[in-house]
Amino acid sequence: MAKVLMKGNEAIAAAAIKAGCKHFFGYPITPQNELPEFMSRELPKIGGAFVQAESEVAAINMIYGAAGTGARVMTSSSSPGMALKQEGISYCAGAELPCVIVNISRGGPGLGGIQPSQADYFMTTRGGGNGDYRHPVYAPATLQEAVDLTMEAFDVADYYRTPVIVMGDGMIGQMMEPVEFKETTRRDLPVKDWATTGTEGKRKPNIINSLALDPAELEKHNFKLDARYKEMEEKEVRHEMYKVEGAEVVMVAYGTTARIVKNAIDALEKEGIRAGLIRPITLWPFPMKAFKDIPETAKALLSVEMSTGQMIDDVKIANEGKLPVHFFGRTGGMIPAPEEIMDKVKEILGGGK
Amino acid sequence: MAVVFDKTEGLTDKQFHYCPGCTHGIIHRLVGEVLVELGVLGKTIGVAPVGCSVLAYDYFNCDMHEAAHGRAPAVATGIKRVLPDNVVFTYQGDGDLASIGTAEIIHAAHRGEKITTIFVNNAIYGMTGGQMAPTTLIGQKATTAPLGRQVATTGMPLKMSEMLATIDGAVFVERCTVHNVAGIRKTKKAIKKAFEVQLEGKGFGIVEVLSTCPTNWGITPVESLKWLEENMIPYYPLGNFRTPEEGK
Repeated sequence: MAKVLMKGNEAIAAAAIKAGCKHFFGYPITPQNELPEFMSRELPKIGGAFVQAESEVAAINMIYGAAGTGARVMTSSSSPGMALKQEGISYCAGAELPCVIVNISRGGPGLGGIQPSQADYFMTTRGGGNGDYRHPVYAPATLQEAVDLTMEAFDVADYYRTPVIVMGDGMIGQMMEPVEFKETTRRDLPVKDWATTGTEGKRKPNIINSLALDPAELEKHNFKLDARYKEMEEKEVRHEMYKVEGAEVVMVAYGTTARIVKNAIDALEKEGIRAGLIRPITLWPFPMKAFKDIPETAKALLSVEMSTGQMIDDVKIANEGKLPVHFFGRTGGMIPAPEEIMDKVKEILGGGK
Repeated sequence: MAVVFDKTEGLTDKQFHYCPGCTHGIIHRLVGEVLVELGVLGKTIGVAPVGCSVLAYDYFNCDMHEAAHGRAPAVATGIKRVLPDNVVFTYQGDGDLASIGTAEIIHAAHRGEKITTIFVNNAIYGMTGGQMAPTTLIGQKATTAPLGRQVATTGMPLKMSEMLATIDGAVFVERCTVHNVAGIRKTKKAIKKAFEVQLEGKGFGIVEVLSTCPTNWGITPVESLKWLEENMIPYYPLGNFRTPEEGK
């Protein structure tokens, strides 16, 4: 299929439909509105349904109901709306319901702003709702990657029976790039024999539930989920290494920030300064093992984020105390410029300002 | 010996956990009987609330979801939009439906979701131990209203059926009681009608059932039936608030 020029939010919506999602439940919030708008236009044409819920809380609970029937379902939102969805995401995790949730994140806290931000890292990777759960989080840096990962997210959700988050900062949602909808090799997915589609008098009732009043039973359930999380940590980690070989400073950045960091690395190279990048593509599971491939030349790590420093905690865990860990971030919707990042690298290496 | 009364196939063999004198059991049975009589049990998906009937998923003999507190109408919306030819119902108490879940119930009605809601109103929070509900009567004592509910600080009890009847999408709205045999018979008829409205694709249907809570009201089961009749019915009048016109 030929490449088409699309806006990020629409490209993600189109990818979801391509992956077999025919039901979408959402609530308006900037900067992700083009996604539900696209769905409201396209889903009725393919016999699906778009519902504009009364709130993000209702939307995620509609997802809980629809996912329970075995359908591929999606909701999307932005930061304050994602905070509201956390209750339902926790229930989906507890009841083992596959679903894909998109967060086109913006500045916070509170109502914050509407410009791109990466301040939802904690909420998204630390289990923003109550209880002992995790879920995969994909952080695309290009629209092509957003398309590919959205399609992959549905398979991962079905395979592990888990909610999956696709997190793009506002830039990913709003900008336009050429994208291609590629046919992917599908995983061998389990039959959804747990889905509530009516017993037809032929089987025992199926029950979608996250309640277990017996603590021994709940512990068993949580250990079962944990075993699945450990499997995801083994098999589902994704990252990209960029010019890490020979680098004196290894930066860690994801999403839009990673693209700006690459520009900074290329510019530094021209000045004779060697810097590299570890780009987590999955924020959970975090690419811990990638840090084992950091070369001897590295003198320091630098976490670059559009926040006051959230992913840096994972960088420190992955680093295991081996190298000094520095931070550079812009927040509130301000986007880091390559020059600022270059200055920070020079400062770390003892030169510059 | 001839069997003159048997348990409905609409319920499982699981023993109810409800307190002696609680009328949840009767209402469960009526819903189960109606689903069997309409021949739709095998294509029904129910949604249980948070509250005393949180374990309803173990009792109804059909596919079930357990919803977060108050969210049952949203969960039911998700199910019904994927499976429009199935029958979907929510079973909710007054804390669930009239307090934490007011937005969800109003908007399910507002969208005219083709689902059926069984709303059990016993004027108190049962499972958590007798706290005041939006439906608690004036002067009625609750653990969070130790002097009895006061209008000045907590307002007047919320009349959900009357409120929902103002919404066009709510095509069937009726309030019933199960404190006596005549009331139980009328309740069953209303529940049946509410499911028929769904089967005919007409819109949202709700049956509010006045129910007892001897444990948290602090009186005997027999006194509870009398208390319901003398106190709840005068404030929550029985009757039909909306029904689709014939042929429409």
